[in-house]
Amino acid sequence: MNAWSNIKTITKRELFAYFTSPLAYVFIVIFLLLCGFFTFMVGGFFERGEASLVRPFFDWHPWFYLFLVPAVGMRLWAEERRVGTLELLLTMPITAWQAIVGKFLASWLFLALALAMTFPVWITVNYLGSPDNGVILCGYLGSWLMAGAYLAISCITSAMTRTQVVSFIIAVVVCLFFILAGFPPVINMLESWAKPWLVDTIASFSVITHFDAFQKGVVDSRDVIFFLSLIGFSLFTTSVILRTHRAG
Amino acid sequence: MIKVHNLAKAFGAKRAVDGVSFTVERGEVLGFLGPNGAGKSTTMRMITGFIPPTEGTASVGGFDIVEHPIEARRLIGYLPENAPAYTDMTVFGFLNIAAEMRGMRGDARKKAVNRAVEMCFLESVLHQSVETLSKGYRHRTCFAQSIIHDPDVLVLDEPTDGLDPNQKHEVRQLIRRMGEKKAIIFSTHILEEVDAACTRAIIIDRGKIVANGTPEHLRQKSEWPWAVTLRVSGINAAALNQKSSHISVVKLTAILREDSTSVTARVFPRNNLNGSLATSIADAAQGWRIEELHTEEGRLDEVFRSITMPDTAASAAK
Repeated sequence: MNAWSNIKTITKRELFAYFTSPLAYVFIVIFLLLCGFFTFMVGGFFERGEASLVRPFFDWHPWFYLFLVPAVGMRLWAEERRVGTLELLLTMPITAWQAIVGKFLASWLFLALALAMTFPVWITVNYLGSPDNGVILCGYLGSWLMAGAYLAISCITSAMTRTQVVSFIIAVVVCLFFILAGFPPVINMLESWAKPWLVDTIASFSVITHFDAFQKGVVDSRDVIFFLSLIGFSLFTTSVILRTHRAG
Repeated sequence: MIKVHNLAKAFGAKRAVDGVSFTVERGEVLGFLGPNGAGKSTTMRMITGFIPPTEGTASVGGFDIVEHPIEARRLIGYLPENAPAYTDMTVFGFLNIAAEMRGMRGDARKKAVNRAVEMCFLESVLHQSVETLSKGYRHRTCFAQSIIHDPDVLVLDEPTDGLDPNQKHEVRQLIRRMGEKKAIIFSTHILEEVDAACTRAIIIDRGKIVANGTPEHLRQKSEWPWAVTLRVSGINAAALNQKSSHISVVKLTAILREDSTSVTARVFPRNNLNGSLATSIADAAQGWRIEELHTEEGRLDEVFRSITMPDTAASAAK
């Protein structure tokens, strides 16, 4: 109860921070422009002639997030360290865990908002045909979970440094690994020399592999667990980094 | 309220704080003195739970800072060095969040914020963004944050740093006033502040406590406590020297300055006379034109120098 109200306080403060800086608005505008452009122009939404968002819309999300989510997460801890407010935050009567979860939730909610703002795409597809809205909802859920996984990774890199740019770059590189591990061209290349079990293991670490099922409208508990455990592990690593940093 | 026992912190091979022990009771204001890098901030960061100690323990209000950090922190108000604050918020928003993190809601929060704003004179900038504040106001905003929950223990790291003389005076008054009911520990390297606000002072150097006592007590560590400075006109140095050597309690007379009209000298007592040397001199100096006569109580800056830089002070004395 008490822990929850502490988390809520932190979340509120972080959400506030997003919307008082231009970052939030810039992010949402860029995200929506990218979604629109890729869905309708590059993705060939109209040419396909089918009422579905799977290929033209959700397929791009892992790649959008690659650059946009680290930009959302980079300031979480790096900024606190640079300004010195970390000292203030961590000497308040709240645990480091509450601060970590509170900050993560704020950014995740922010990403949920950005994702929800793509509703015109959904309206369009419903206007033009009769898609399976269950599959679309499932895609949205998967997309949000995937964004959470990227975000948790950005939390780690943000806690490692006091420079936001450094955090951004490292987060992009790490997230890129989680995409490429399941990217078809990479998988094909691996299959030419590695044993099948090794290829499968590597591919099972990829966000693309796990996001795929969501796009098809299947909520597999293994995929949900994959994303949630990636988030949990990353947040735990963040707490370890924060602690060792303070321990000197 | 604050008990520190054998606290130590090592950064790699360097021991920033090396076995520091002291206690602060309610009603005490402890001044924490020391040169830059002596370990003042590190000690305070350990007490507030920001960094874990390598060795030793500290407790606040009976709560160990390692085993019961949340309970201990609840009792502490902390002003970190350089007074950090969320620059993207207004003063009002920042204080509200601070109150909320302290678990205050609704009316209690409103009252707490109003009280802190009043005590730190922040009304005029209440709805201004912290980013646009001058250093003094930003400092006071962070100070307001530290007293928002009316804590029993205050830990203030250089609370007057960067303030103008009027603001410094106000903050010292505030500390002094609050010190009547709280246990306060504050660091500074301005020695007048020790006299202005402290009931006790600790001097720390290279991670170790080198002096601990009331300001008066520390002052007597001076090289010449109770020496008398004397300025007489219409007499030359030799005559003064001769006359003073006849006073039984005088150990030594040093001529500080001599010009055509007057002589200034410092007279050292044979042993600690608690200020009665001046009376003896005045009795002996019948017929002299004394222009100045006062007892040196010992000066803190000199004590500070001689304790924290023994080599340089010794060579300067020669």
